[in-house]
Amino acid sequence: MPKTDSLQGSLDLLVLKILSRRTRLHGYAIMTAIKDWSGEVLRAEEGSLYPALHRMEEAGWIRAEWIVKDTGRRARIYELTASGRKQLATEESRWQAVTSAVNRVLRTV
Amino acid sequence: MSMWSRIANAIRGERLSREIDEELKSHLDEAIDHGRDPAEAHRSFGSALRYTDESRDVRLIAWLDSLRADAVFGGRQLMKKKVTSAAAILSLALAIGACTAAFRLIDALLLRPLPVAGADRLYAVAREAFFDGKTQSFDGWAYPSFRLMRAAVKDQAELIAVSYAERTDLTYRSDAEMEKAYVQYVSGWMFGTLGLRPAIGRLLTENDDLKPGAHPYAVLSWDYWSRRFNQDPRVVGHTFRMGDNLYEIVGVGPERFTGTETGTVTDVFVPTMMHPAVVHDDWTWHRTLAQLKPGVAGGTVRAKLDATSHAFEEERAKGFTGMSKQDIEKFLDQTLVLEPAAGGVSDLQTGYRRSLVALGVLVALVLLIACANVANLMTAQAASRAREMALRVSIGAGKWRLVQLVLVESAMLAFVSGAMGGLFAWWAAPFVVGMINPADNPARLFLPADWRVLAFGLALTLGVMLLFGLTPALRASSVKPASALKGGEDPHTRRRTMHVLIAAQVAFCFLVLFVAGLFAATFERLSNRPLGFVADRLLTLDTVAQRDEPPVFWDQVADHLRRVPGVESVALAGWPLLGGGGWNGFVSVNGAPPGPILAYFLAVSPGWVDTMKIPFIDGRDFRPGETVPGVAIVNETFVKQYFNGRNPIGQWFQKDGDGRCQVVGVVRDAPYRSMREPILPVAYVPIHRADAKGALQPERFGTFMVRTSGANPTALASILRREVPRARPEFRVSNIRPQAELVRAQTLRERLLAMLAVFFAGVALLLAAVGLYGMLDYSVLQRRREIGIRMAVGAPAGNIARLVTVEIFAMVVVGAIAGVALGMASVRYIEALLYQVKPTNLAMLALPSFTIMAAALLAALPAVVHALRIDPVAMLRAE
Repeated sequence: MPKTDSLQGSLDLLVLKILSRRTRLHGYAIMTAIKDWSGEVLRAEEGSLYPALHRMEEAGWIRAEWIVKDTGRRARIYELTASGRKQLATEESRWQAVTSAVNRVLRTV
Repeated sequence: MSMWSRIANAIRGERLSREIDEELKSHLDEAIDHGRDPAEAHRSFGSALRYTDESRDVRLIAWLDSLRADAVFGGRQLMKKKVTSAAAILSLALAIGACTAAFRLIDALLLRPLPVAGADRLYAVAREAFFDGKTQSFDGWAYPSFRLMRAAVKDQAELIAVSYAERTDLTYRSDAEMEKAYVQYVSGWMFGTLGLRPAIGRLLTENDDLKPGAHPYAVLSWDYWSRRFNQDPRVVGHTFRMGDNLYEIVGVGPERFTGTETGTVTDVFVPTMMHPAVVHDDWTWHRTLAQLKPGVAGGTVRAKLDATSHAFEEERAKGFTGMSKQDIEKFLDQTLVLEPAAGGVSDLQTGYRRSLVALGVLVALVLLIACANVANLMTAQAASRAREMALRVSIGAGKWRLVQLVLVESAMLAFVSGAMGGLFAWWAAPFVVGMINPADNPARLFLPADWRVLAFGLALTLGVMLLFGLTPALRASSVKPASALKGGEDPHTRRRTMHVLIAAQVAFCFLVLFVAGLFAATFERLSNRPLGFVADRLLTLDTVAQRDEPPVFWDQVADHLRRVPGVESVALAGWPLLGGGGWNGFVSVNGAPPGPILAYFLAVSPGWVDTMKIPFIDGRDFRPGETVPGVAIVNETFVKQYFNGRNPIGQWFQKDGDGRCQVVGVVRDAPYRSMREPILPVAYVPIHRADAKGALQPERFGTFMVRTSGANPTALASILRREVPRARPEFRVSNIRPQAELVRAQTLRERLLAMLAVFFAGVALLLAAVGLYGMLDYSVLQRRREIGIRMAVGAPAGNIARLVTVEIFAMVVVGAIAGVALGMASVRYIEALLYQVKPTNLAMLALPSFTIMAAALLAALPAVVHALRIDPVAMLRAE
């Protein structure tokens, strides 16, 4: 199993969310999207992103295909599957539960 | 998709790595396109190799991937040593194939349950009695006794009467178009009790089996329906004639049911009530099967059946006249037994059970020998790969990874051999079945290649793999890198294992050779046993008339046949010698009370003794017109048994319930019904029987014995078959067999056993010799430094030869001694298969010992030459 880093817990969620908004992105675009949409706060390392993508592909949440871009270069693009959509909902609600719990703790102490 | 794609990815691992690399590269290109500094982008990207590995592990099954790598590597290893690998695979394939074939035969004949409901509750009812000096089992029953027994246990079990399946003449059209089919008389309720359903039409029921002679209905087996009628459904309602009755076909049995007599496929089932013997209480002609009701213990049923059978026989014994009270008591002293019959019940099973198991053990031993060879081979290879293994351990390969590496190689060997062995078994099992019976009447055993056989083959292959692969694998994994890379690893532990394997190999090889020798000697003694008659150029014509015909007609046919060109002489007999027929009874000599020893009888015409070329010792042949009772010719054993060796000419004897016969001639002994039993006391009586008033009795069956002048008697067969009805249209030949074939049929089992055992003994010897050779060669290779030094300091050639061979020969001797012990222990189990061969005979032990020693010497020769050719200078310089 790949090593975890700070983003590990939420990386899957972010990737799934991004792919639910904009479909058919390649790895670099997903990485940029995480950076841009988080207001440059979050950064996915290549070293975590690709194993994560491949793992989610194995799990059947996303599927990949090779395309030839306008520049003539081959790129591997990803899109969400039906089971990925379900997974996104689960992850989102779990995230909400965790953050609100953390917030509660922060407020009380 | 997931599991499958991961498996697929593991198989095409190279491509997967390329794909991941390409994706990562396209990422970098993208980054540079977006204006990042290439060097900075590369730096921030980090180690691409690590990502590739991580991603790979996600997308495939790691162990499968390593397995694939090992398989590729193992394949290369095997291909590198083509000859050795091929030899290993061939020997294993032959052994695995032989074991699988043996299992197929044993399974099909003995283990596989009949395809019927409640097969596990099925038992054969038999009687055991002490007779002729040993306990003998007899499974024939008289129908009236069966009927009483059935009524006695009707709440606990259902009894079924099943006659011995017999090849019988029947015709669907005219008598000129007679054909043969296996006919079995069965209880009508058999089909219902065994839960069988008709393929078409209906099956027999209890209502078809009520009154003697009243139910001329027949059910065909699926197999016969397919062969004879091409599965034509219109066959229902057709009729055929068998004997005096016209039978109507009412249906066809289910597809997989071939009757309860394993080894014979019954063609036609008819009700027991149609059998002429069904009303006789002294005619035992059918087996009795008992199907216990669920939950009923066999013991109580057995006790009830025993009591009923005993009461029946006691009642019957009251009618015996002239027998002493003692003899009657001896006759009644029999015990009823229930024998499990889930796999059916047949003579083939009784005759071949021991033989097949003995063969199975032999081929299993050959397999063990082959395994020991391959294990030694792998150990030797592991030794030469010690450095490679040490290197692998040094760079971090785990222990199990090394075990896997070696086991994968073993598995490849095992499975390639297993597949080839499977093909061999596919061919071999039917081949052996085809040799069990005479060519014109082969045993028919269904040999399905289903999950049972497949599971056995797989388990065998896996077992074989572990047997020869596990030790080398474990040894390889426990390699100590430091000592192995130094090259000074202790070779002795390894050699010790190999020595034990050599000893085991020799022991097994000895056992196989010993048993094969016993079987071969048995066959040799049996086929060289003096016959007492001349079987060459002799044809037997089993002839049948439409109804009982007067003796004069039979004589007319014989006269007609004598005039056929190429015929030397013709005689008539009740049946041929060694043809399986028999007729016996107790005799009283000169009016004394009958003794306890059975005498055997055969009705023959004048000239039969000469036609058979049995020499006369005393007296004369029958004269035309002489009848039974009246006169008799007896054999030497008869004279010894009943006349204490005194000249019997002119004396007379009497068979129980028959008239007096005066002895007019004495002839030499000849086997009566079997080559394996001692010569029986036989009385030959005239073929024509006169009743009390002297009137000649008509006859329906007889066998013409025709001696031809040409060397090949079968050349005349078709002419003779035509000439018989031309002589008298009422007569028809139902079967023509050369007498020599009847003699050959007597030794079929022994021939088969001897042939297969000798073949596998050859294989075992070859394998053991190859193993010895390999082992010796390996030890010379290992000790070449030592040998070089010894030669350099002047050791003579004899010393060197002794040095390399002494350990191994010690092992051979140890193995041979163990083999003798094994052989002595096994004799008990195969004694029943031997004929006039003493297993403890020194010659029987010496032969395999010498053969093994000779093979060992031969195998040692190349290694010794190899050792002596070592050039000490070159060897020491290389160090």
